Amino acid sequence: MTLLSANLRDNLLNSLLPELCQLIPAQSIITEIEQLRTFECDAFTTMRQLPLLTVLPETIEQVQHVMRCCYQLNIPVVARGAGTGLTAGSMPVENGVLLGMSKFDEIHDIDLNNRTALIGPGVRNQSVSDAVAPYNLYFAPDPSSQLACSVGGNVAENAGGVHCLKYGLTVHNILELELVTIEGELITLGSAALDAAGYDLTAIMTGSEGLLGIVVKIRVKLLPIPTSTRVMLAAFATIEDAGDAIAAVIGAGIIPAGLEMIDQTGICAIEELMHAGYPTDAAAIIICELDGSVAEVEDELNNVIAIFTHLNATDIQIASNAEESKRIWAARKAAFPALARLAPDNYIMDGTIPRRALSQVWKQINQLAEQYQLQVVNVFHAGDGNMHPSILFDASDEEQHQRAFELGTRILELCIQVGGTISGEHGIGLEKINQMCLQFSSTELQQFHALKQAFDAKQLLNPGKQIPTLARCSEFNAMHVHQGEMPFPHLERF
Amino acid sequence: MRQAISPPSLMAMTQDQAHDHAQALAEQVRQAYVKKQPLAISGGGSKGFYGLPVEGETISLCDYQGIISYEPSELVITARAGTPLHIIEAVLAEKGQMLGFEPPHYDPNATLGGTIACGLSGPRRPFSGAARDFVLGVTMINGKGDILRFGGQVMKNVAGYDVSRLMCGAQGTLGVLLEVSLKVVPIPNYEETQVLNCTEAEMHRLLSELGRQPLPISATLFHDDQLYIRLSGTAMGVPSAARIIGGAPLRDEHLWSQIKEQQHPFFQSEQICWRLSLPPAANPIPTEIAKDQLIEWGGAQRWIYSEASDSDILQWAEANGGHATAVDRGIRGSTRFHPLSPALLSLSKRIKQSFDPAGILNAGRLYPDL
Ligand SMILES: Cc1cc2nc3c(=O)[nH]c(=O)nc-3n(C[C@H](O)[C@H](O)[C@H](O)COP(=O)(O)OP(=O)(O)OC[C@H]3O[C@@H](n4cnc5c(N)ncnc54)[C@H](O)[C@@H]3O)c2cc1C
Repeated sequence: MTLLSANLRDNLLNSLLPELCQLIPAQSIITEIEQLRTFECDAFTTMRQLPLLTVLPETIEQVQHVMRCCYQLNIPVVARGAGTGLTAGSMPVENGVLLGMSKFDEIHDIDLNNRTALIGPGVRNQSVSDAVAPYNLYFAPDPSSQLACSVGGNVAENAGGVHCLKYGLTVHNILELELVTIEGELITLGSAALDAAGYDLTAIMTGSEGLLGIVVKIRVKLLPIPTSTRVMLAAFATIEDAGDAIAAVIGAGIIPAGLEMIDQTGICAIEELMHAGYPTDAAAIIICELDGSVAEVEDELNNVIAIFTHLNATDIQIASNAEESKRIWAARKAAFPALARLAPDNYIMDGTIPRRALSQVWKQINQLAEQYQLQVVNVFHAGDGNMHPSILFDASDEEQHQRAFELGTRILELCIQVGGTISGEHGIGLEKINQMCLQFSSTELQQFHALKQAFDAKQLLNPGKQIPTLARCSEFNAMHVHQGEMPFPHLERF
Repeated sequence: MRQAISPPSLMAMTQDQAHDHAQALAEQVRQAYVKKQPLAISGGGSKGFYGLPVEGETISLCDYQGIISYEPSELVITARAGTPLHIIEAVLAEKGQMLGFEPPHYDPNATLGGTIACGLSGPRRPFSGAARDFVLGVTMINGKGDILRFGGQVMKNVAGYDVSRLMCGAQGTLGVLLEVSLKVVPIPNYEETQVLNCTEAEMHRLLSELGRQPLPISATLFHDDQLYIRLSGTAMGVPSAARIIGGAPLRDEHLWSQIKEQQHPFFQSEQICWRLSLPPAANPIPTEIAKDQLIEWGGAQRWIYSEASDSDILQWAEANGGHATAVDRGIRGSTRFHPLSPALLSLSKRIKQSFDPAGILNAGRLYPDL
C-alpha cells in the first residue's frame, strides 16, 4: 500500500466508522487487514482485492443503515453471500465496504399450504431442502456448490444446477424478494401470489449480481419430492454418438430431471477421486435422471434405454437403488474437486450453446486446446446446453496464465458464434467482463447502464462488475481486432 | 449470430424484407422520440381491453410475421412479434410440442408479441410456469429507436440483466417487441380431468394436500361447488394419479379451452370482473366481497363479481398477500391494475425512463405515470 492510498483509506475510515457505529455493533465491523483477507476473493481466486472494511449486519435495519452511510459518503458497497462465486462477483472494490450477508441465515417461515418458505439470503442452499424434507418438499435449484453457497448468492447469479432442465433456474423458483436500495429504502418485489402488479422486478433482480440492490429476504417455491427417481449412466465411444443421444432424448418428448455429459479426461479424474464405477475407456458418458410417479418413470426409462441402445451406447448402467443413484451423482458433483487435482489451477468456463452444436463445439474446443498447448476437460449440463470446459494451467507461470485466459476467450467466442452465450449460470462478475463486449453491442450495453442508473444513480453498488463501460470495450475490441480479424464481421448485429 | 435455418414455408417474409421492416419500425420510433410523439403499439388488437386507454400514433407489428427458427430437439422457437399465436401453436403441435403457459388468445388475431407483452398465462400456469418463465430472449426497439437484443435462444443465459423477462407483462411500455424466443415443451401423451363435489374449504384442504405429492396436475377449476382437476402426463402416470385424487372423469372436452378463453358462462356478464391474484391457500374471499366467484390455479387466481367498493376489494387482496385487477373484456382500455406502493412506483418510473426517456411507448397503458 502506498502512503497516498494508506492516507485515503484512513480518511475514509475516519469518516465512515463513526457513522456506522451509531447502529452497528463494533464486533460486526472488521477493519484489521489480516481478518479482511478472508473476504478478498470469491472462488475465482486469481483476482483479489482488500475492502476498506467488512460489515456483517444482522438485521434489515442495519443493512439500511450501512447503505445510508455509504450513500451519503459515496462509498461503494459489494454484497457477499458465501463467496463461492466463480467470477469475482463478490470480490471487494478498493476503498469500498464489503457487506457480508452470512448472518441472515434464518428460515423465517415454512408455509406448507402454499408450499413456500420465507428465508434470509444467507441461508445455505442445501439447508432449505433439508429443513423442508420432513414435509416431502424441496427447493429445486441445486448448484454443485449447494452445501456452501447462499440462496442470496443464487438469486444474484440466477444459479442453476443439474436439475434445472426440468425444474428451472433460481428465477423460476422464487416468488418474492425484499430489497434494500442504495438509498437504504426497503422495497418488496413480487409477492406471495403467483404474480404481482407492475413490472416483473423479481426477474430483473435475479442475476443482477449485487448491482441493483441488497436482497434481504427471499420467498422460495418448494416442490414435492418425486416418488420415484431412476438414474442411469450410458457410455459412448464417440462424442458424436453421445451428442446425438442427447438430442434424441429431448426430441422424443422426454424431459429428464438431469442430463449430464462428461468427457474422457473428466471421467478418469472423477473416477480416480470417487471410485464411482465410471467407465474410464469411454469417450463420453451421459448421466440421465428420470423422476415422477413410479408409473411415469418406468415408461420413460424404457424409452431412454431404447434410444441409447439404438444410438450405439457401449455400456448402460441403471442404478438399482437410492444408494447407487447417489454414488453416480456424488461423483458428478465432485467434478470440480476432481479436476483440481489435475493441475495447480483450473479455469472453469460456463458458455451455453444450442444442443445441436454440441459435438462440433466440443471438437473445436479440443483443437483450440491443442493450439494453445493446454489441457481442457469438459463437464457439461448437456440437457440445457450449458458447457463447463475446464482449462488446466499453472498460474505461477505468468505466460501460461495469460495463455489460459486467451484460450478461455476463444472458447466463449465460439459459444457466441454458434448462437450461444458467454455465461449460463456462473455470471459475469469481473472475470468475464471483457467478453460482454463480444456478446453485446454498445447500444445494448448503454441500455444496461441506463437500467442500472434507475436503481443506483451514484454507481455505488458493486461498481465495475458485470456490465463493461464502453471505454473498456473499445480498448478490449481494439486489442481483439489486432490479434485476429474483426470480431464476427459476418454476423448481423441487429 | 442469427440462425435462420428453417423451412421456407414457415417464413412469412425473407430475411432482407424482415430487416428492412424492422428498420422502418425503428425509424418510426426514432422520429417519434425526436418529436416526443406518443406511440400506441398494436399487434392483432385482441387485448385492447387489457390496460388503460393509450393515445398516440399507431405503430403496427401485425405485418412483422414469421417463424425465424424452430428446432424441436432444441425446445426453442423464435418468431417475429406479429406472428399469429395460432400459427405458432399449430407449427409446434405438428412436432408434438406446445407453449407451456397455455396462453389465452381471446381473439383469432392474437399475436406472439401481444401475448408476451401482456404476459397472460392460462390454466397450466401454476404447474408449469408463466409466460415470463418461458421467455429466453427478445429483440426489441427501445424508446429511442435502438434495436436491441437480450437473452438468446439457449436455455440458460445470465449474461447481463434479464431484460427479456422484464418485457413480459410490461405491455409495451418499455419497448416494442420485434422477435421473441421461447422455450417450448412436449405435449403430454395423455390427459384426463376428474370432477369432485366439494365446498371451497374442502377444495383448499384437498389441493394443499395434493400439492405436496408429485402428481401430474396441470390445471384446476372450482365453480359452483365442483372441483375440476386436469392431469397431464404419461399413459400410465395419469390414471394412477386419477385414482389417488378420486371423483368422476369429465367427458366435456371443451372445459379448459372455455376457461382459458373466458368463454365459460361465468364470464358472460356485463359487469366488471375482478381478478384476484393470491397465494393459493389464501382465505376464502368473504361473501361481502365476492358475490360470485370462479377459482383457478389451485386457488391462486380467483375471478369475482362484486358489489363492494374498489378500495375494499383492493384492501382485502393486499391484506391477504395478493393484488386485484378490474377487468372489463367488453371495452377497450378498461382494465385497472392494482396501485403500486409509492416506493415501487417511483422505481418503476425510473425504469420506464431508462428504456423510454421521452415517455412515448404505450404511455399510461399500465399506470397513468408509466
Ligand atoms: C465447486 C463449485 C461448484 C459450483 N457449481 C455451480 C453450479 O452447479 N451452478 C451454479 O449456478 N453455480 C455454481 N457455482 C457458483 C456459485 O456457487 C454460485 O454462483 C452461487 O450462487 C454463489 O453463491 P454465494 O452465496 O457463494 O455468492 P457469492 O459468491 O458470495 O456472491 C455472488 C454474487 O452475488 C452477490 N450477492 C450475494 N449475496 C447477495 C445479496 N444478499 N444481495 C445482493 N447481492 C448478493 C455478490 O455481490 C456477487 O456478485 C459453483 C461454485 C463452486 C465453487
